[in-house]
Amino acid sequence: MPSALINVPAKAKRGSVIEIKTLMSHIMETGYRHTASGDVVPRDIITSFTCRFNGTEIFRADLYPAIAANPFITFFTTVTESGKFEFEWIGDKGFSETAQASITVE
Amino acid sequence: MAVTRHPTRRDVVRGAAVVAAAALARPSLAQGAPRIAVIGGGFGGAVCARALRRLDAKLQVTLIEPNKTFTACPFSNEVIAGLRELSAQQFTYDKVAADGITVVAQAAAKIDAQARTITLSDGTTLSYDRLVLAPGIDMRFDALPGYDEAAAERMPHAWKAGAQTLLLRRQLEAMDDGGLVVIAVPAAPLRCPPAPYERASLIAHYLKATKPKSKILVLDAKDNYSQQKLFERAWADLYPGMIERIALSQGGRVTSVDSATNEIITDFGNYTAAVANVIPPQRAGRIAEIAGAADHTGWCPIDPVSFASKLVPNIHVIGDAAIAGGIPKSASAAAAQGRACAAAIVNALAGKAPETPRLDGACYNTVAPGYAFSLKGIYQPREDQYAEAEVTTSPVDAPREVREREADQALDWFRAITGDAFG
Repeated sequence: MPSALINVPAKAKRGSVIEIKTLMSHIMETGYRHTASGDVVPRDIITSFTCRFNGTEIFRADLYPAIAANPFITFFTTVTESGKFEFEWIGDKGFSETAQASITVE
Repeated sequence: MAVTRHPTRRDVVRGAAVVAAAALARPSLAQGAPRIAVIGGGFGGAVCARALRRLDAKLQVTLIEPNKTFTACPFSNEVIAGLRELSAQQFTYDKVAADGITVVAQAAAKIDAQARTITLSDGTTLSYDRLVLAPGIDMRFDALPGYDEAAAERMPHAWKAGAQTLLLRRQLEAMDDGGLVVIAVPAAPLRCPPAPYERASLIAHYLKATKPKSKILVLDAKDNYSQQKLFERAWADLYPGMIERIALSQGGRVTSVDSATNEIITDFGNYTAAVANVIPPQRAGRIAEIAGAADHTGWCPIDPVSFASKLVPNIHVIGDAAIAGGIPKSASAAAAQGRACAAAIVNALAGKAPETPRLDGACYNTVAPGYAFSLKGIYQPREDQYAEAEVTTSPVDAPREVREREADQALDWFRAITGDAFG
């Protein structure tokens, strides 16, 4: 099972609004919980999500401990040309994942 | 574990309210025995009506249920898999009527909680002193885009036993070998939480014998489910490679369906099914909403000790329709609630304080003939809601004899509960 799920329409009309859906499998450990022996469970969250289109950042989100496990991020954008979306998730403990998807604008 | 609870100010107020209600009720009591109406003749309603008569033979008990034959959901997954006939699921109300209960074969159309009257579908009205609502569930045909009543004729839910059960069975029988069966599972709360997985198992049993190239895909709006380890073990042992499940965090939530093409759409994929079993989100049976007993969730908030509605006076709600905390929506829980609710009503009519119920629930899952496991729980009110007091689940590592014994116990359980309700 890939850790990232992406849903970008393969085709769209120029100037139309499209919905992009993403889901990243991640525990999102808050850092506020304790084990039975009283030790803090260290924070382990995704801290940032970025989407670039043909190299230009078009969407960014900062994530905090209150976000539930497996963050599902969905947003809308307008498409003007064919190209490539690149997605990047960065987090604690050196977490880094990327994914990409292409769209053809007609 | 015994817990002693000191009376709170609220209990005292509640006690006072019961006394006041008893005093108010007296003029009508003088004219005759208290009239208790029960709407819904499923496991909860039938058991409650009979328990009321058993506890106090003077009570006038009326059971309002439009169907002359009850079709039981437990074991209906075996009907889908061709292991059992639907007639084995069907029961009449003859024995209920023989207990001195007036059985009215009508639907309740309207309830006036202030006047304490029920208007039936033929227009007649009926007065009550106390009303028990046991309406079970209705499908929410507005919750999943593309899934309405017409779509359910193409993509059966089979989540109420009867014609839908047989429709799904016929579709499976007509399917070619190599077909994809998709089961769409909604988020909680739903009737009988482990049943989608029991169904996947029994469909796999049918397909393995008759159409072995076929596959089952479970698209799930939940990450975890009841007795998951037991199901996963059974699937690996009995049906290797036949059942795939996509959980919520893997993109399994169904967002829309298209009954014209048999397509099921999730946030991250489209699936075309040969047979689509779409189980939509649910809510309390419609009459609960008409009575004003359902809240914004579509379910009915209750006082866990008396099953009294928190929204309307003199109405109690039991079974799947009620918000009952940790108790799964099951036949066995509904029957236990029916008994406890009957006791609470009889106590209240006598001006006595209600006793704190202790409800037993058993939930058997049969994944192949002679292979079953179970979850048994005891539930008690904690604070303002039901919580698990004790839960026992079958061991994941167990010899086949244990599974076989549980399969026999499951049948015994079915005979016992249908006997309590209809026998």
